[in-house]
Amino acid sequence: MNRSTTTIAEGAPSLKKSSYFKSRWNAPLAGYLFISPWLIGFLALTAYPLFLSLYYSFTDYTLMQPMKWIGARNYERIFTADPKFIQSAKVTFTYVLASVPLKLAAALFVAMILSKAVKGIGVYRTAIYFPSLIGGSIGVSLLWRNIFGVDGVFNKLIAVFGIEGKSWITNPDTALSTLILLTVWQFGSTMVIFLAGLKQIPNDLYEASSVDGANKVVQFFRVTLPMLSPILYFNLIMAVINAFQMFTSAFVITNGGPMNATYVYAMYLYERAFSRYELGYASALAWIMLIAIVAATLLISFSSKYWVFYETDTGGKKRK
Amino acid sequence: MTTSLNWKPALRHVFMILFSFVMVYPIVWWIGASLKDSTELGSPGIFPSVLKWENFTNGWNSVPGHTFTDFYINTFYLEIMVLIATLLSTTLVAFGFARLDFPLKKFWFSILMLTLMMPGQVLIIPQYALFHQLGWVNTYLPFVVPHLLAGGAGGSFFVFLLIQFIRGVPKELDESAKIDGCSWFGIFWRVVMPLAFPAVVTVTIFCFLWNWDDFLGHLLYINTVEKYTVGLALRMINDSQSAAEWGQLLAMSLVSIIPATLVFTFLQKYFVDGIATTGIKG
Repeated sequence: MNRSTTTIAEGAPSLKKSSYFKSRWNAPLAGYLFISPWLIGFLALTAYPLFLSLYYSFTDYTLMQPMKWIGARNYERIFTADPKFIQSAKVTFTYVLASVPLKLAAALFVAMILSKAVKGIGVYRTAIYFPSLIGGSIGVSLLWRNIFGVDGVFNKLIAVFGIEGKSWITNPDTALSTLILLTVWQFGSTMVIFLAGLKQIPNDLYEASSVDGANKVVQFFRVTLPMLSPILYFNLIMAVINAFQMFTSAFVITNGGPMNATYVYAMYLYERAFSRYELGYASALAWIMLIAIVAATLLISFSSKYWVFYETDTGGKKRK
Repeated sequence: MTTSLNWKPALRHVFMILFSFVMVYPIVWWIGASLKDSTELGSPGIFPSVLKWENFTNGWNSVPGHTFTDFYINTFYLEIMVLIATLLSTTLVAFGFARLDFPLKKFWFSILMLTLMMPGQVLIIPQYALFHQLGWVNTYLPFVVPHLLAGGAGGSFFVFLLIQFIRGVPKELDESAKIDGCSWFGIFWRVVMPLAFPAVVTVTIFCFLWNWDDFLGHLLYINTVEKYTVGLALRMINDSQSAAEWGQLLAMSLVSIIPATLVFTFLQKYFVDGIATTGIKG
């Protein structure tokens, strides 16, 4: 396309109608027109459903029958007479408390090694990132199911070290651990974010601290961790929110079993809503989940003022 | 470090090589296992003694009345629709937020940021009820329409990512386009979008991957085998077959991760930079 000719052709009339154009640039309508897809989507598919689900949670509602208002009875039943709620909440808390720290620790540890070993970093990074890329897929869940089955390769591998294997996914004591291991295996994207953060730490901080006689351990706690804390904070929040919602691997690998040992909260929610079509009850469960996630996020963000340091606090360079 | 000894970098490399091996071993083993006979499936060795290609051909045809060709066509059709919808909506919305002024903009922007944190599971039930009432269950509309409205898996995140990127495009370009008589849409389409290309690629990649793996969504809304996606087909074989057919199942599972692998291989540069700078979760 010949840009200069169109420019002149379109430019000339705009000078004449400048008052029209001036008002057009200020028109709030244009802004709303551009954001209208999101705005409509937010109102129709987020805000309205959110209030709707709050309303549902106070009703007895199945898709087949008319809705009946029952007040707080769903919540009452959940907290007083629902052993599956207690079990699934317990499993999910265990899963969050075990998988999140392990994943973050693995990611930080490997990121620190990779931030030094520069040669071949691309190959290492690819190898470590690849499981994260495919880890959420049902294909990998099926692989995991095979690896940790009673005839699976994991048992053959530990047999080499003389450890007697068992069926990891059908044993209530170990089933959840295999799912946690799958999550931890996918620490790649967390690690890449840590790696980017480590590169931002100015080297003179390390030099200055070693002049002051700090050893590696002291440097880690006094320099690396504080400088990395905003990124740690971000990774922590994301990992917690994701862990609370874990579904696919529990559904595919163990189907909640054995003896509900991997019956995560999202699976219970799914079962109530879409196997039994108890939408009112399941909505109450969903709201409890939302409150738990919001509470966890707030807890982390309130605690953050004690452990997250921004560079401006230490008189360093301002963040971009 | 000036004090470090010579053996330290070597030690790090040894550790990293071993560690990388542990990370990729399950995948390498998987490739071998997909060609193994069921009798040696559990062995830790990577290479099968006999290459059993039938795992792939039989697996491909293991759903009665259908082949995986159908499921791949379904999945790609769904993916393309979702991608087009996402790119159309998120770029327009991001441009609006990044470049135009309108009343309550700050308010709507903070709402957008809040929706980033919103766990999808709270919305599943009312959205399902809504789509059920609209008669959209067992169609692809519950996926395409939310994405057309800058929602769905990752929607508000993509908007946020594009806003951040567009803010980095010099505003002077808008001004000169305005003087040339360009409309807002013209500025969006001819000035900002071409410059936002790297961000658009990042959105495309992640939109593709997240929807490919959106197992729960597919499970909820698609319930006839004709419309099954690859993930649903895999689960169906898994549920219906005995352990003897693990070879076929592993072969088909392996094929199911090829699209993601190809995307990763060809767009690696965008990929890792995109994660590092924006904090996307893979």
